[in-house]
Amino acid sequence: MINIATLSESAPIAAADLSPIIHVKDLDFFYGSFQGLKQINLDIFERKVTAFIGPSGCGKSTLLRTFNRMYDLYPGQRAEGEIVFNGRNILDKDVDVNVLRAKVGMVFQKPTPFPMSIYENIAFGVRLYENLSQGEMDERVEWALNKAALWGEVKDKLGKSGLSLSGGQQQRLCIARAVAVKPDVVLLDEPTSALDPISTVKIEELISELTEDYTIAIVTHNMQQAARCSDFTAYMYLGEMVEFGETDKIFLNPSKKETQDYITGRFG
Amino acid sequence: MSTVADPFHSDNPIYRNRLLRHRIGISLSICAMAFGIGFLLWILAVLLINGLGAIDIEIFTRTTPAPGSEGGGLLNPIVGSLLMVGTATLISTPIGIFAGVYLAEYGQESKFAQITRFVTDIMLSAPSIVIGLFVYAVIVANVKQFSGWAGSVAIALIAIPVVVRTTDNMLQLVPASLREAAFALGAPRWKVATMIRLRAVQAGVVTGVLLAVARISGETAPLLFTALSNQFFSADMSRPMANLPVVIFQFAMSPYENWKSLAWGGALLITVSVLGLNILSRLLVRQNKTT
Repeated sequence: MINIATLSESAPIAAADLSPIIHVKDLDFFYGSFQGLKQINLDIFERKVTAFIGPSGCGKSTLLRTFNRMYDLYPGQRAEGEIVFNGRNILDKDVDVNVLRAKVGMVFQKPTPFPMSIYENIAFGVRLYENLSQGEMDERVEWALNKAALWGEVKDKLGKSGLSLSGGQQQRLCIARAVAVKPDVVLLDEPTSALDPISTVKIEELISELTEDYTIAIVTHNMQQAARCSDFTAYMYLGEMVEFGETDKIFLNPSKKETQDYITGRFG
Repeated sequence: MSTVADPFHSDNPIYRNRLLRHRIGISLSICAMAFGIGFLLWILAVLLINGLGAIDIEIFTRTTPAPGSEGGGLLNPIVGSLLMVGTATLISTPIGIFAGVYLAEYGQESKFAQITRFVTDIMLSAPSIVIGLFVYAVIVANVKQFSGWAGSVAIALIAIPVVVRTTDNMLQLVPASLREAAFALGAPRWKVATMIRLRAVQAGVVTGVLLAVARISGETAPLLFTALSNQFFSADMSRPMANLPVVIFQFAMSPYENWKSLAWGGALLITVSVLGLNILSRLLVRQNKTT
């Protein structure tokens, strides 16, 4: 059973606060001939946290990876339909995916620090799109590490390899790296599943702070995590969007029986 | 007393049987290993016994002796080998690394990359004498001159596939997640390939280059047809050039005692430097694992 006490007791979110930043319409996704996503329709709201839950293989990571066209790296994977971001369909062929990815950042399941110093890990992404002076870059690195609640732990060893940090610190370095380029949206693909509980708490606290400036979409296997840190939750099953709505409603009063079965642990 | 019922007792027939098979397996492995190591040690021992006597200061300061004259050294072949191996390394390292990056980055999707990889594998096992004859026909026969350049090209052709293959193999070891993370920041493909992926395995790639250098520093056949040799000191790469492998080959077959001794000395020099390169590359790999 889910612990209802962990849910926030906030009032329903006023519709006036919401503006969709990503609008998904009739999205189909194919791995070769296998259809991974079927007719997905969904809005991701600005400066809110949207969580994607569902059993393994339900397509939640697949959906997340369409928002920055990560699937482009792999021949044979393709998406059809519409994902409107900044006023245009990002699935169009003529979209510059590099610029898109600078606007829609991503953090992965396993921490992936680059084989360079902590400072350079942050500066690498910033240099791709901005030409900063040394002083400005120093400020940006400090700002990003502060955002990721890592500055205090690493400020004396910025020249050390990013690989020398602990797993939880590495993951916060990856979050700092993602926010350093000042994206609009940050995608988190099971960001805490490889971390210990204390690091997990730190990352979750970080997520709620990041919503001051960013829109977050998070895939998680941990339902309490979705309940704790998201404003909206989407439950997916077998490539379909079963239910999408405010997190409180999904967890306390879902409208579909399948959702109820999943969140109460009777299934999945 | 029922000892058989106790599965942990050494009288258990299943255990005894397994122990017997274990001992047979281990003995065969040890024999095979001893066979290999035995010959290696034998070679090294003969080399040390015969070569150490020839190593003195003169081997580095005097040129190869004329027939019948006393003493002499290996200054000209040592300098020639260093120049040609150095030039070949300068040619083959960038080509090999760029080709390896291309194969790892595009090798799955493009027909051209697949063919390149296949041809590289053939080149890797091509007899070096064939490469020597090829460079002879293409360069030496055309300019009508044996030269250090031709020798460098010949051994560079042997080194390139080694560098390509190790670079390619090393890059394949980089986890896909690291690549994705770099792409997720909006990095263009060439930057991901060179600044992230290649950088993640730089020690491995340097190892590949060192092993290629080790491989070409002992090659004789390709130099025989291209650089020929030179009994006088010459640092002119456009002229025939002395080099250790060919001098060893000539001197070892000569009737003169001092020539034979110099051949042993040269052989020991090559072996020690190849051994040094191998140890250096191992250290690099180990260092890479710990960081």
